[in-house]
Amino acid sequence: MDLLIPEIGLLAWNTISFLVLVFLLGKFAWKPIMKGIHDREQSIDEALNKAELARQEMARLSAQNEDLMKQAREERDQILKEAKALKDGIVNEAKSQAQAEGAKLIEKARIEIENQKKAALAELKGQVSALSLDIAERVLRTQLDDKAKQQELVNNLLKDVELN
Amino acid sequence: MDYNRVFVSKVRRLIVVFALFSAFLGFNTTAFAQTDSVAAHGHEASAPVAHGEEHAKEEKGFDITSFIFHHISDSHFFTLWGHGDHGVTLHLPVILWTDNGLVTFSSSAFQFDDAGEVVVEKSGQRFAIAHNKIYYANATADAHGSYVSHVTNEKGEETVTNARPLDFSVTKNVFSMLLSIIILVIVFTTVAAGYKKRVGKAPKGVQSFLEPIILFVRDDIARPNLGHKYAAFMPYLLSVFFFIWLNNMLGLVPFFPGGANVTGNIALTVVLAAATFLITTFKANKYYWGHILNPPVPWWLKPLMIPVEIFGMFTKPIALAIRLFANITAGHILVMSLLCLIFIFNSYAVAPASIFFAVFIGLIEFLVAFIQAFIFTILSALFIGMAVEEHH
Repeated sequence: MDLLIPEIGLLAWNTISFLVLVFLLGKFAWKPIMKGIHDREQSIDEALNKAELARQEMARLSAQNEDLMKQAREERDQILKEAKALKDGIVNEAKSQAQAEGAKLIEKARIEIENQKKAALAELKGQVSALSLDIAERVLRTQLDDKAKQQELVNNLLKDVELN
Repeated sequence: MDYNRVFVSKVRRLIVVFALFSAFLGFNTTAFAQTDSVAAHGHEASAPVAHGEEHAKEEKGFDITSFIFHHISDSHFFTLWGHGDHGVTLHLPVILWTDNGLVTFSSSAFQFDDAGEVVVEKSGQRFAIAHNKIYYANATADAHGSYVSHVTNEKGEETVTNARPLDFSVTKNVFSMLLSIIILVIVFTTVAAGYKKRVGKAPKGVQSFLEPIILFVRDDIARPNLGHKYAAFMPYLLSVFFFIWLNNMLGLVPFFPGGANVTGNIALTVVLAAATFLITTFKANKYYWGHILNPPVPWWLKPLMIPVEIFGMFTKPIALAIRLFANITAGHILVMSLLCLIFIFNSYAVAPASIFFAVFIGLIEFLVAFIQAFIFTILSALFIGMAVEEHH
């Protein structure tokens, strides 16, 4: 039972000591410690928030970059497409021009040939007529000698004439 | 309130401790019975007087009750090692407030007496010490040479009837407590210096060891029970927690400067519980008082409930005081009892088992040292939280 009855002197010592302890620790330990912990937690919170913001900023920037890249790619494709179209156009134009030119040349050549042919034919006609006249002259001359020979001659001549 | 789990786990633990405790108490009483009969036999026979006396003297060593109670109670001597003149003892100052004013002297004046056989005369007054308590000595010694009057009361307990001066001595408990205060102040001002020196940086050294515990007190004890008002009560809760914990741990150290049973002394737990009670009472808001003086029950229950609630105001801190005191004292008694088994059986053969169990209980006591500090703090926080809680 002795254990359950507090000693007055001990009570006094305990009370005073405990109050002094709470005062000393409260003033010189808990206040700076709790403040330090609180400040650190706040700075960590802030740092985390900032990191989050930076992350978002990064994401935003990279999305922007992505967009730019996409845009640039599209533009490049566009340009390439245009260039290709242009090239095709030029080539086609050149081709058609060349074709036209060729056709023209051919036409010209054909006309020339035609002309030449006409000229040749005209000349031929002249020659034929001259020849015919010559033949006729010869026939007429030889008619006088021998009828058979005349005929043969005429045939030979005609054979010669059948050129064209 | 969500504090059931605290009680449930505590109850379980208490059951274990008390089961062990009662088992060993049973052991001890049978041992006592044996020694008593042997002692009685020795006295009755007394044929060879010398042998009988020797026997009786030997039996004295078996009186583990007084041995253990001597160890768990306060003392004016702090024995470093050995016993009496053969050891090294720190003689603590005796400070008495007597009928004739303040009297101080060293406890060495009592020459290790504890039975009132040595009388110290100071400023015209005579003092004797018995069972660690200082009394005004009688003019003459009784048959046993004691200067204090022993009376056996109806329960069979021996008490001293002499008047006592007010004893403000620096006893073993006071010494140990002051030491713990010095340690706490030095350690935590060092930690605080760390926070000032390395602002916003990671903790270092002792700071990094103690910071998790401080955060534990804040996040697991103060915040759940006190809500957003926790900051104002942190200095008290932290002080109580570390004060109880350190003193519990010092009490488990078997040699100087530990070994004093500070938190197992009702005088300390009463002071701590009174502090919680005063904070609860003076910080209480109108809802708390409304709950006590006008409890939300049918009108016809009020005459019953109001006294119960008022009674409850006081039972809570009393339970706090008794719980801490009983747990720590029980632990000390248990360890001492286990070690005393060797002397009860008077055999070396018991020593291994006895030491094994004592070490085992000692390890559990390390846990208990923390748990009791935790429970005292969390219940303090809970009671304060109930008093400052805003309901609407």
